[in-house]
Amino acid sequence: MSKASDDAAGVDFSQYPDARGHFGIYGGRFVAETLSAALDELEAAYKRFRNDPDFIAELDHDLQHYVGRPSPLYYAERLTAALGGAKIFLKREDLNHTGAHKINNTVGQALLAKRMGKTRVIAETGAGQHGVATATVAARFGMKCVVYMGAEDVQRQSPNVFRMKLLGAEVVPVTAGTRTLKDAMNEALRDWVTNVDDTFYIIGTVAGPHPYPLMVRDFQAVIGREAKRQLLAATGRLPDALIACVGGGSNAIGLFHPFLEDRQVALYGVEAAGAGIETGRHAAPLAAGKPGVLHGNRTYLMSDEDGQILGTHSISAGLDYPGVGPEHALLKDLGRATYVCISDEEALEAFETLTRLEGIIPALESSHAVAYAMKLAPTMRKDQIIVVNLSGRGDKDINTIARMKGIDL
Amino acid sequence: MSRIADTFARRRAEGRKLLVSFFTAGDPNPDVTVPLMHEVVKAGVDIIELGVPFSDPMAEGPVIQAACERALRHKVNLPRVLDMVRAFRQQNRHTPVVLMGYANPVEAMGYERFAEAAAGAGVDGVITVDLPPEEGEELNRALIGRGIDPILLVAPTTKPERLQRICAAARGFIYYVSLKGVTGAPTLDVGDVAAKVQEIRKSTDLPIGVGFGIRDADSAAAVARVADAVVVGSALVRLVEQHQDDTYKLREAMADLVADLRRAIDTIEPVGA
Ligand SMILES: Cc1ncc(COP(=O)(O)O)c(C=O)c1O
Repeated sequence: MSKASDDAAGVDFSQYPDARGHFGIYGGRFVAETLSAALDELEAAYKRFRNDPDFIAELDHDLQHYVGRPSPLYYAERLTAALGGAKIFLKREDLNHTGAHKINNTVGQALLAKRMGKTRVIAETGAGQHGVATATVAARFGMKCVVYMGAEDVQRQSPNVFRMKLLGAEVVPVTAGTRTLKDAMNEALRDWVTNVDDTFYIIGTVAGPHPYPLMVRDFQAVIGREAKRQLLAATGRLPDALIACVGGGSNAIGLFHPFLEDRQVALYGVEAAGAGIETGRHAAPLAAGKPGVLHGNRTYLMSDEDGQILGTHSISAGLDYPGVGPEHALLKDLGRATYVCISDEEALEAFETLTRLEGIIPALESSHAVAYAMKLAPTMRKDQIIVVNLSGRGDKDINTIARMKGIDL
Repeated sequence: MSRIADTFARRRAEGRKLLVSFFTAGDPNPDVTVPLMHEVVKAGVDIIELGVPFSDPMAEGPVIQAACERALRHKVNLPRVLDMVRAFRQQNRHTPVVLMGYANPVEAMGYERFAEAAAGAGVDGVITVDLPPEEGEELNRALIGRGIDPILLVAPTTKPERLQRICAAARGFIYYVSLKGVTGAPTLDVGDVAAKVQEIRKSTDLPIGVGFGIRDADSAAAVARVADAVVVGSALVRLVEQHQDDTYKLREAMADLVADLRRAIDTIEPVGA
């Protein structure tokens, strides 16, 4: 098992990001001038409310009574026994309202939007989980909601499209570029530039310009804080390893962040190897990309030698993104976290294994994390502990699974 | 004096405003671009803005997005755009050429390498849409070191204290984005533009160009009354889209529109001149 490298040994992680949103050389605010004022306004509002007792109380209340937190930390006994190694605990974000971790963030941002007097929210979505989570809070707060979604994702995630519409959101299919998540994000940024006065852009992951990577991380860090408390209560000790899938990186940083200073805890982020890294048909910028600038921040990207962003592939729409949150880029360079890849095929196998052994149908995104746990656990001792972030439930993916099996639903 | 400063000075002496054209390099194919550059100069353009194709042009409306996609189908990259500028310079030594694009292709090439190659090709200015002054210090230093003007954007939303910072970092001219929105948007309020241009003038002696949303002779004339330069983009690129299969018609249509715009901005009543 790899341990944090020497680079990370003396680092105080609380220094990141700096005042302008930089995580080392990553992050920052690379946007067209029109958005600068909106980002300044957002940053000022967030700074003011993140320590405001009323805001925190309202957020906690909603997380408890609307989202259903704390989510359980579940000991997967049969999976553990089948693998014959470390004990595996699942952080059950799949049990949240709307079925994924995404709602932790949308509740937070919607409360902020309300305080800022914004009446319209927009979002980008890949798998549709963030779109549903945004449409959900918009319905609850009576805000107008527009969700941008790549035309290809609209097709493969049709149940979530219908859910968003039921919730009163307008879903706009994006036909530009590669017709997936990155193009949806471009379109959401264009909407924001145009409607910047009344509109709040709820970004769904720890990417985008400052302050989003910081703000979304803070809203998702409830995952790691709870997991730490729950595991200490259950076992009296910290885990040996944390595992989470990485699309933009929000569920992973949410789990990792409260453990960054606990150097003995190994952190594993799992990217999508898709059809295989060597085929080029993957979504693994940390494993196979290089630093560049996209969507407002500097980070690892999948781009060609000309700096054009490459199309991605993963069986899971939520991991199908050519960039990654800037804090992960820093954690990779420092060696504090290790980033690994899981293929479509391995994720599908893990999907079936968890479903059959534990009666839990995981999202295809989360299946990547489970698949890596299945590789790692047998290499560890039985008294060691792994916490896997089960970021979402798999109901949204049953069409994809059926198609893979040649079944017509 | 730089070609950009020289061009503004010359026009100012004549009491005329500048016409700046924008189209995407390599659209609809790489062979058309250099002839098109000569064509628009002949028809009355003072400064050529050449779009560098990017896969994710976040500030562009549908018209220029499609232009990027057409150019990228021919694998038009930054080195090839510089080749086009170099070819243009063999016959034209006086018309400034400004590149407009996004940060990532420049990052991929490397700031110093890009600045050196651009200077060698005869580029006069660079607009990097997603590189505000806070993030652009290093590139801007590299450009200035090679005699290239980093041209920065000011938006309707730009606050006074930011305006100071932008004006301090900018060279050549200030590019005022005339509306909240993407390129090609239909909503331009000339009254708002006039007020903001007045405000910008208090922070800088640089000339001010206004772009986004100028689509015809009327809007060009209206903007020319208040600004030093009028930038027309999507309206020209729409012609490229329409005539992409007929280069002759394309050159003719571009020349006609440019001549129209030229006439419109040359016949305005000078305001407060
Ligand atoms: C269930 C689930 N997990 C993970 C992700 C990936 O996002 P992130 O890496 O930001 O957690 C998504 C995105 O849609 C998702 O729906």
